[in-house]
Amino acid sequence: MNKYPAWLNALVLTILVAGIILALPNIYGSAPAVQLAQRDGADVTSSQLEEYVRVVENAGIAPEAAYIADGRAVIRFEEKEPQRVAGDLLRDNYRRTTNVALTLAPKLPDWIRLLGLNPMSLGLDLRGGVYVLLEVDMQSAIESRLAAYERDIDERMRDARIRARAELDNQVIRVRLANADNLDAAASAIREADQDLIISEATDGRSITVRMTEEQIKARQDLSIEQNITTLRNRVNELGVAEPLVQRQGSDRIVVQLPGVQDPTQLDKILTATATLEFRLVDLSGNERGSRTYPGRGTEPSQVLKREVIASGDQIIDAESGFSEGQAAVFITLDAAGGDRMFKTTQENLKKPMSTLFIETSRETIMVDGVAEQRTVKTEEIINTATINGIFKDRFQITGLNALEARDLALLLRAGALAAPVYKIDERTIGPSLGQDNIERGFNAIQIGFLAVVVFMAFYYRWFGMVANVALFSNLVFIVAVLSMLGASLTLPGIAGIVLTVGMAVDANVLIFERIREELSAGNTAQGAIHSGYEKALSSIADANITTLIAAIVLFAFGTGPIKGFAITLTIGIVTSMFTSIIGTRAIVNLAFGGRRLKTLPV
Amino acid sequence: MRLIKEKTSIDFLGKSRRSIAWVISAIVVVASIVSLSTRGLDFGIDFTGGILLEVGYEDAADLDAIRGNLLTAGFEDAQVQLFGADNDVLVRLPPQPETDQSEIRAELQQALEVGGKSVDLRRVESVSPQVGSELANQGGLAMIFALMMIFAYVMFRFQWKFAAGAVAALTHDVIITIGFFSIFQLPFDLTVVAAVLAVIGYSLNDTVVAFDRIRENFFKYRGMPAEESMNISINEMLARTIITGLTTLLVLFALLLLGGESIGPFSTALIVGIIVGTYSSIYTASATALLLGVSAQDLAEPVKDPELVDDLP
Repeated sequence: MNKYPAWLNALVLTILVAGIILALPNIYGSAPAVQLAQRDGADVTSSQLEEYVRVVENAGIAPEAAYIADGRAVIRFEEKEPQRVAGDLLRDNYRRTTNVALTLAPKLPDWIRLLGLNPMSLGLDLRGGVYVLLEVDMQSAIESRLAAYERDIDERMRDARIRARAELDNQVIRVRLANADNLDAAASAIREADQDLIISEATDGRSITVRMTEEQIKARQDLSIEQNITTLRNRVNELGVAEPLVQRQGSDRIVVQLPGVQDPTQLDKILTATATLEFRLVDLSGNERGSRTYPGRGTEPSQVLKREVIASGDQIIDAESGFSEGQAAVFITLDAAGGDRMFKTTQENLKKPMSTLFIETSRETIMVDGVAEQRTVKTEEIINTATINGIFKDRFQITGLNALEARDLALLLRAGALAAPVYKIDERTIGPSLGQDNIERGFNAIQIGFLAVVVFMAFYYRWFGMVANVALFSNLVFIVAVLSMLGASLTLPGIAGIVLTVGMAVDANVLIFERIREELSAGNTAQGAIHSGYEKALSSIADANITTLIAAIVLFAFGTGPIKGFAITLTIGIVTSMFTSIIGTRAIVNLAFGGRRLKTLPV
Repeated sequence: MRLIKEKTSIDFLGKSRRSIAWVISAIVVVASIVSLSTRGLDFGIDFTGGILLEVGYEDAADLDAIRGNLLTAGFEDAQVQLFGADNDVLVRLPPQPETDQSEIRAELQQALEVGGKSVDLRRVESVSPQVGSELANQGGLAMIFALMMIFAYVMFRFQWKFAAGAVAALTHDVIITIGFFSIFQLPFDLTVVAAVLAVIGYSLNDTVVAFDRIRENFFKYRGMPAEESMNISINEMLARTIITGLTTLLVLFALLLLGGESIGPFSTALIVGIIVGTYSSIYTASATALLLGVSAQDLAEPVKDPELVDDLP
């Protein structure tokens, strides 16, 4: 009686070994490293890696290890100083093609790395870093699309020789016609612009209202979010942050997590910046249709600019900051379409002035009747006006900014503009010293808590208590193994979840052992007591664990950030503890006592 | 080794004991509700929005000087307190109207550098009021949702009278745990919500294990009055209830004492919740089921569990 078949013993052993191997990467610690990723997304080749290492070694720095992981080159160092020097060096050499970031890399032996195993990643609260929650301004995403329709409609009316005036008001374009007879012709011209628009005649009989459908609005919002995520990723990569996380949350939010970043000051400006440029001709007559006066930045004079945009920020494919004749400058490269347009414009407007318009959107909190309200402020300033002295195409330079502004603008132009403005609604920065403290405290709590439970169980249930302790330890190994395998990050609340699991995981064994004691005192034989102890406790254990699991899953579904970490470790802990405390301990008990003739049990 | 006598026969559910328990529970629950409605909770910035800074000084911090500096810099509603150690300071500010967060941060850092001493900005959190109220709503929703799911599960596994007993016990635990935070004005943040949900899971765990035994004994001792067989069940499970509670409390005290200041409220909530939860699974849950007139007729024969871990021939 009480024998597991060989296959079941083998299975338990296999799972245990697998757990140990998966958890193993966590014992090696980590070291400073430089990570290089190709800008175009291609994998780093081994010859490129050799080249990077050569550059570092030529500067007299000896890397501890260099390898390719997930298509990125990782060069590891023993100390922080050589890491910093090598980082600067590599960034100077490969900035155009490669994103260079400083990071911590695990000191894994080669065989573990070749198996593709990784340690648990640490959450921001354990390693330090910045968490930012951004909200995308959907209103302005829709409005900018409608403004484009409005311009398009205006143009079509002109082409069709219909006298009309399109106006955008509160998400509706109203097209007023000079002559009511043109109503049908105007409507069909508008329909040509976009089949799906909702076009209806207004009650006054001489104007048409144009609206976007729900689907178009939804599609536009999704597109804005996706484009913004791409832009934010580019920006974060430009900043040289390793393992950044940029992720959509809900319908209109984006989470950005930047491990290791300590000073969010520069980050603020870069992440939410909407700065972009437009190049327009100066309207010398001052009264062309659509012309407007724009203020100049600082000492720059204001100008009346034409409505047509020669080229705008989204047509800039490269921007580099530097100096031109002692002045800070941004060197711009336009895409083909922008280049062609620039070529045509400069050719036709030689010796006429052209302005560079700097556009930025920000959100301001104002008090309205004692209630804080937010409103969007759009700043449009001319940073430079220059006479077109020669014909140029896709490469030129602009001045009128200070060196710092030029650097940030170049970065923003390279990374691309945001499709819709974003605003920061939540920001958490954890300094590295706190992260380190949190880790140490968390592990202390686990160790002491674990020790207390182990000592208690050994005293209270003697031999059986030791079996439960083995199960408890294996459970810790399994939690670490599963976290490493899932690539989930460990947070301080996550550690709290593990600690709680340590306390609760013995519950299953307490239930079983108490039942065995009851069976023994009811006069059952030793073997019979083991058998029915395990069997009868099972339904209680299952119920108890399922109910805790319900709470953990609800926590996971509703929770954000830190709470999710707690829910994840709690859930994993519940599932793994079921295995270790029921099947695991039974395997040991069966091996020790199964089939033997026993009078008493050391329980 | 045993902490509890091998066979106890404490009359947990006798008329007089039950009345005393009802009265105690009623007093504590009412006190909690009164405190919650008059004093409210000391909500953290997770829920109210605002700015929180944890600052490390090289040696003992001069709180009055810090307050003075903040006042001069125009941060009038700043709350300044020590956080764990005498060189670790926590500063809390209500949401600030200015737009430029980095400017505020620079101003704050300057104000905190009392007497030119350098400071270590260990943590800076800035939450908008909008996110705060959303998190509060989500937390409340999560609790209600968890209670509903649990009611459904217990109803499915047992019967509605047991489910009502379990949910009564859980509501009791949640109110008292949150009430404890209100009475002692402990900081109530997002992690406390997580802890309360974990308490729901734990307390239920306890309740369900007791119910399991009650069901078993309803069939074992047919014809015995419900009160008596429930009492036997609770006595039989007493050792387990206390030992599991004890091991869990052991680790939680380790977490409270060693885990650092920032998970202090979390550990406190769990400790309070687990003590209350253990009490409630004995008294509130079973007593409510009894009050609703639960009897053996309400339950079907217990389902024989498949022999998952049984030995094979």
